[in-house]
Amino acid sequence: MTAVVETEARPLVSLRGVGKSFANGVAALEHFDLDLRDAEFLTLLGPSGCGKSTALRLIAGLAAPSAGAIDWRDPSAAHNIGFVFQEATLLPWADVFSNVYLPLRLAGKTRDNAAPLVRETLALVGLAEFETALPRQLSGGMKMRVAIARALVTRPKLLLMDEPFAALDEVTRFRLGDDLLAMKQRLETTIVFVTHSIYESVYLSTRILALAARGGAIVDEIDIDSTIARDEEFRTSPQFAQFARRASAALRGAYGEELR
Amino acid sequence: MSGARPKEAPRLRDALLPFAVLAGALAAWEAVVRISSIPPYVLPAPSLIGETLVKDREILFSSLLVTLTTALEALALATIGGVALALLISRSRWMERALMPFAIVLQVTPIIAIAPLLLVYLAPAEAVLVCAFLVAFFPILANTSLGLASVDRALVELFDLYRASPWQKLVYLRAPAALPQFFAGLRIGGGLALIGAIAAELAAGAAGQGAGLAFRISEAGYRLDIPRMFAALALVSLGGVVIYAALTALSRLALSRWHESARGLDD
Repeated sequence: MTAVVETEARPLVSLRGVGKSFANGVAALEHFDLDLRDAEFLTLLGPSGCGKSTALRLIAGLAAPSAGAIDWRDPSAAHNIGFVFQEATLLPWADVFSNVYLPLRLAGKTRDNAAPLVRETLALVGLAEFETALPRQLSGGMKMRVAIARALVTRPKLLLMDEPFAALDEVTRFRLGDDLLAMKQRLETTIVFVTHSIYESVYLSTRILALAARGGAIVDEIDIDSTIARDEEFRTSPQFAQFARRASAALRGAYGEELR
Repeated sequence: MSGARPKEAPRLRDALLPFAVLAGALAAWEAVVRISSIPPYVLPAPSLIGETLVKDREILFSSLLVTLTTALEALALATIGGVALALLISRSRWMERALMPFAIVLQVTPIIAIAPLLLVYLAPAEAVLVCAFLVAFFPILANTSLGLASVDRALVELFDLYRASPWQKLVYLRAPAALPQFFAGLRIGGGLALIGAIAAELAAGAAGQGAGLAFRISEAGYRLDIPRMFAALALVSLGGVVIYAALTALSRLALSRWHESARGLDD
């Protein structure tokens, strides 16, 4: 189903025939195949309940597949994954520094040892000035930046994001999207991004997988040239509109099955 | 959230209002007793109660100290026991099934009914301590358990993602997340420890033994020393207020940085 990338011997991760059914018999994902390429920005686009979040959780190891296999080119990379949830999910009693320090603390690093990396990551997300602020003092967008910093502080090869900007207003979402692309470039991270926003997916991604309403069947795969500059010009270009129309049609197909 | 910040003067007024009401009520009481010439063995005037407090201060305040010490010791034991059991229960559903029914039976049995039995087996001071412990224990256990169990699912997953050990999850996640609930339980337990101590002292007092405030109340009752009964009662109330205020202050100190429940009007 995917165009093979000749330059890479093996994908970063591949999912083969992966399925996940829950105890109540509902199959969230069936026969799902995916090859994740290095440094791509892959978006799983689909209606609610299509299994896109489930796919993300399986890759993260937060749930075990009930069928199929997940293969990592470098198994150690499977233990260093960044994950950003729909909400910022920060520790409300801990300041920004401590929240970002958390993954390193859990890995046994002392505060002093971790400090340079934590500060560098905070600067990367634009929160260098807010080390001592508590989550309740931050806006929604800033909280999400802290969550992204926390996910990036271990310098993971793979960053998984589950509808991270869904709760934010549009201007904040645009700005965070741009900043996310800059961080990605800088750290050469591979990103798998889950959303149901067509425009967000077209603007950010180098590849979009549109999923059917149930079971995670891939209804369309859209490659977007990674050399295209992602800026306001792209957002209002005919090219953008064309990609959006195609993604929209794919999604309509996905919903259509559900409505019939 | 709280709109305009209240100005200094109205805040001072708010703080003084209850004291003004108290002073007014005491003045009315005093006036009624004087105008109707009610004898002190029926209803003593506040001034006479005040005099009694001064006159009997040695015996009354040493009794207050005995009762407060017992209540605080019981609260400390209940805190250790309640938190320890809550931690055990949070680790296994099996423990919860096995132990929770007993905790609930203890909770629903009125302490005043247990006290006479305890006095059969224990010295009065010990029986009072055990009674105060028993009533303070449950709210601390129940609230801490609830706090430990109600941690944000996504945060638990985050810790799973980073392969946190059970110990790390407890120290960095469950314990701090449970603190607000724990302090709520501690405040309830503090008030109940005093009630438990007083109830047991009354039971012990009925047997003519004891040194606490409630013993002074029943002792004075036998002697129809009504002013002293009121004076002792006033000190019991004062003890309750002191415990509540101290625990509230402690809770604010621990939580005010981040938790809504402890952030009064200042924010």
